[in-house]
Amino acid sequence: MNGLIMTSIEQGLIFAVLAMGVFITNKVLNIADLSVEGSFPFGAFIFAKFLLMGVNPVIATILAFAFGTLAGLLTATLFTKFKINALLSGILTMNILYSVNLRINNAANVPLSGQRTIFDFGPKLLILLAIVIVVKLLLDLFLKTEVGYLLVATGDNESLVKSLGQKSDNYKILGLMLSNGLIALSGALMAQYNGYVDASMGKATLVIALAAIIIGDTFMKNSSFLKNTTRAIIGAIAYKLIGGFAIDLGLHPNDLSAINATIVIVFLLYNNFFPNIMGKLNKKGGRDYA
Amino acid sequence: MLNIKGLEKRFNIGTPNEIQVFNGLDLNFEKNKCTAIIGPNGCGKSTLMNLIAGTLMVDNGTIELNGKTISNLKEEDRSEFIGRVHQNPSMGVSPSLTILENMALADKKNNKFSLKFLVNKKNIDRYKELVAQLDLGLENLMNTKVKFLSGGQRQSLSLIMASMKHPDLILLDEHTAALDPKTSHVVMTKTKELIDKYEMTGIMISHNMRDAIKYSDRVIMLDKGIVVLDKPSIALTEEDLNNIYIDRLDKAIAV
Ligand SMILES: Nc1ncnc2c1ncn2[C@@H]1O[C@H](COP(=O)(O)OP(=O)(O)O)[C@@H](O)[C@H]1O
Ligand SMILES: [Mg+2]
Repeated sequence: MNGLIMTSIEQGLIFAVLAMGVFITNKVLNIADLSVEGSFPFGAFIFAKFLLMGVNPVIATILAFAFGTLAGLLTATLFTKFKINALLSGILTMNILYSVNLRINNAANVPLSGQRTIFDFGPKLLILLAIVIVVKLLLDLFLKTEVGYLLVATGDNESLVKSLGQKSDNYKILGLMLSNGLIALSGALMAQYNGYVDASMGKATLVIALAAIIIGDTFMKNSSFLKNTTRAIIGAIAYKLIGGFAIDLGLHPNDLSAINATIVIVFLLYNNFFPNIMGKLNKKGGRDYA
Repeated sequence: MLNIKGLEKRFNIGTPNEIQVFNGLDLNFEKNKCTAIIGPNGCGKSTLMNLIAGTLMVDNGTIELNGKTISNLKEEDRSEFIGRVHQNPSMGVSPSLTILENMALADKKNNKFSLKFLVNKKNIDRYKELVAQLDLGLENLMNTKVKFLSGGQRQSLSLIMASMKHPDLILLDEHTAALDPKTSHVVMTKTKELIDKYEMTGIMISHNMRDAIKYSDRVIMLDKGIVVLDKPSIALTEEDLNNIYIDRLDKAIAV
């Protein structure tokens, strides 16, 4: 396989975990959590910290997930308990994490060369694929449970959740924790993939995740067969492939950020204005976001 | 038995927009009876529902249900005794879930939610039976997302969901106002039937005088947070009706 395509797919799989995390807040709970650009490197720094302490890379990766849930808990506390609005709660968490990230290893940049990683166990592509499939299946299963459905209902109609005698805030907290856990996990995977951790590695991750979700939504739009988690994975890989080709075609990497945003805009335009372009006449489903 | 004593509620306290909706309202609702509440727009009907359900908290006064004070409980803690159908057909359902999933959620009302699968195949026939009694064909749409249903279908589903666990009290806030006359009739008839069958206490806000009288045992009229008429439905005289139409409701029910 062409090296560029291979790299794009591998990175796409890493971002698929990120996209599934953002999917929980953005699509299931209907909350815009902007802390992503802090939680993603947070997972990477936590991973590096434990790895350099001699912890097994698999366990260090799992710990990155666990600590990520705490970042979600912080946003959720600001949002549900302190009644700070969701956008601001996320931004505050992000800013706190910027500082925390630099403190974790007392460095803005941690090289991991020569260290053990989960990629020592086999080909990167296969390991990433396995992780993505496991995360997707677990998330799908979770969303079929009683608690999982309450998460969906909380995003859909909070007053229904209260009328069922349940505290909707608890489900927002749970969703934000799960979401940020996955985002941090994705960061830990990226750290191992790149061989270093960098304070700026969270840059543009939110827009990448949203792009993945939006592209995934566009893909076979009227098929009810594709689960949203599958869409997020397809979207993340497609997004990376598009970006990879653009660079291959001579795009300067400095322009990537603007191109990222442009991709999101193009797909949103498509979603908003050409709902039935594929010739299907089904009613447009799903919540809109943008 | 629902007893409301000395109910006070103000909005926007301390601002130039401060408004006193209730200033010491006393009202009692008899068990297993359906009471219709009518009154002009803005007289406090929905606020009363919100205060009973716990969506809003009282400033002063108490609300007791079967001798137990509920006015200090949170909305989710009152839901054990209360079912509610809102005017907006989307308020009582989870639109992105299917009928089956919505029914399964309602079936778990006031239980602990765990990591078990929500939808249990064993219950599907029971859910189908419950919606089949509406005669709207919902039993054939169990796997359809609720957002694709019509307002009437959604509202009927809300009614079934709200009454599924036989709450002591069912609150109906203009729950047929958004429906066409035919569907409205179906939903109203079903409402009355369920109230009788499950022996619930019903409180129904209505903008439609005919419905209010036909489907209730008692009619209360509010104006500016005060009870201005309170009679058994069958005792309402032609004169009462004329007064209601001419004095109070003419603006509100210009429909
Ligand atoms: N949440 C609220 N905040 C401020 N004012 C409110 C609120 N809810 C109702 N009101 C005001 O209280 C009054 C009664 O409203 P409402 O109970 O909705 O009337 P009705 O249902 O009888 O039409 C109105 O003047 C309304 O504007
Ligand atoms: Mg009202």
